Amino acid sequence: MLTSVLSLLALGFIASVVLSVASRVFYVEEDPRVEAVSEALPGANCGGCGFAGCDAYAAAVIQDPSVSAGLCCAGGPEVAAKVAELAGKAAGSAEPQISFRRCVKDEGKVKKKYEYQGLDSCAASAQLQDGPDACKYSCLGFGDCVKVCNFNAMYLEGGLVRIDPEKCVACGACVGVCPNKILEMIPRRARVQVFCSTLDKMKDVMNVCEAGCINCGKCVKKCPANAISNAEGNIRIDHVACLAYGPDCEEACVEACPRSILRLMCHNSVAHKAEAAVAAAAAAPEQQPQATA
Amino acid sequence: MMDYFLLLISAVFVNNVVLAQYLGQCPYLGCSKEKGVSIGMGAAVIFVMIIATPITWLIQFNVLVPLGLDYLQTIMFILVIAALVQLVEMFLKKAVPPLYSSLGIFLPLITTNCAVLGVAIVVQREGFDLGTSTYYSFATGLGFMLALILLAAIRERLEISRLPLAMRGVPAALVLAGIMSMSFMAFSGMI
Repeated sequence: MLTSVLSLLALGFIASVVLSVASRVFYVEEDPRVEAVSEALPGANCGGCGFAGCDAYAAAVIQDPSVSAGLCCAGGPEVAAKVAELAGKAAGSAEPQISFRRCVKDEGKVKKKYEYQGLDSCAASAQLQDGPDACKYSCLGFGDCVKVCNFNAMYLEGGLVRIDPEKCVACGACVGVCPNKILEMIPRRARVQVFCSTLDKMKDVMNVCEAGCINCGKCVKKCPANAISNAEGNIRIDHVACLAYGPDCEEACVEACPRSILRLMCHNSVAHKAEAAVAAAAAAPEQQPQATA
Repeated sequence: MMDYFLLLISAVFVNNVVLAQYLGQCPYLGCSKEKGVSIGMGAAVIFVMIIATPITWLIQFNVLVPLGLDYLQTIMFILVIAALVQLVEMFLKKAVPPLYSSLGIFLPLITTNCAVLGVAIVVQREGFDLGTSTYYSFATGLGFMLALILLAAIRERLEISRLPLAMRGVPAALVLAGIMSMSFMAFSGMI
């Protein structure tokens, strides 16, 4: 009886001694700030910061002076401020972005080439001649992006994917998974956007879609900031340049577009804001002070 | 030489630790969603098994049997395996940090993996000597890794298939595990 108790005690004691010695011998110097930053981050491991998970970003932001403290898009500005405080860096102001679907095949009344009866997946259907739609660059509507979104910001409606602007944190997972590459990350402040991703031109587009971009290039020529280009086959807008140029152009590109596929992002456009201001002024004329001389 | 080959076949196929002995089911179902993760888990289990088995064997024959404490076998073994896994974790964190972070949460999970305890007890029951028991534990680990990889390969394909909503995920995996176990029964009686 005694031997059993003593031998178990002895074994436990030896194990604890060995482990405590080992914890000194194998001691790994760890910055406690890394742990603190890990706690502050949301822990979603979405990868939106560009690092492999929240712990990796925590380690990088503390140890590497060049890594910005504002990279966590999922956490938003409060998390960025906390991380900046812990890391002793200025909270960089990353332009808040949002995912955007560049396809309006419902307006364009795009027909189907064939009836698809395969796996319920965009990636699978895209392998059969780029999908069942007549347009090869359309939103396939099976929801691979919906499945990959960690924040429940996407849902399917009417055969197209919709994005909930309040939930999207711009982590970029959906952009990577779309086989037709119709999802794009744009600034939330973007003033204009092309609502189509087609690489086709002119007649090829008009035959399959009533709304699609024909890549005529009129917007490219009109933009005074040179923010629009069609060098890569479809129209690309450099939103940074567009926003930097400011409202003086009065969104000339939108007027230039013959198909009305380059559209104002209503909530951001200058024209819309001007109209709203005029309406507000008209509604309360007595409160307007004398106009500046 | 032939004995070693037969031992390998026995440990990997005939008496597969997961599919025939029904040990280590938790990591089997939990870590088999992707092939990469399965390989990592299998490697970690092999590593722990080939270190735990000789140490427990030595304790059995130098401490427990001389003192007549055979009945304390289970407790002693668990204690040793838990301490060993902690030690291995600390060592890996210091010596090979990339391996440590890639194994991640799996290493502590192996502490309570009954496959490790199972193989430590089985070699006692079979009466193997030190060298043979280490080899047998390595072969058992290989069998564990094989079962994990096979299940992962099938589950990866099931992920994108149309299954009834109620069967998606773990229910399908459980049914699969049962079918795989049945198919491995074909090996019984081979040795």
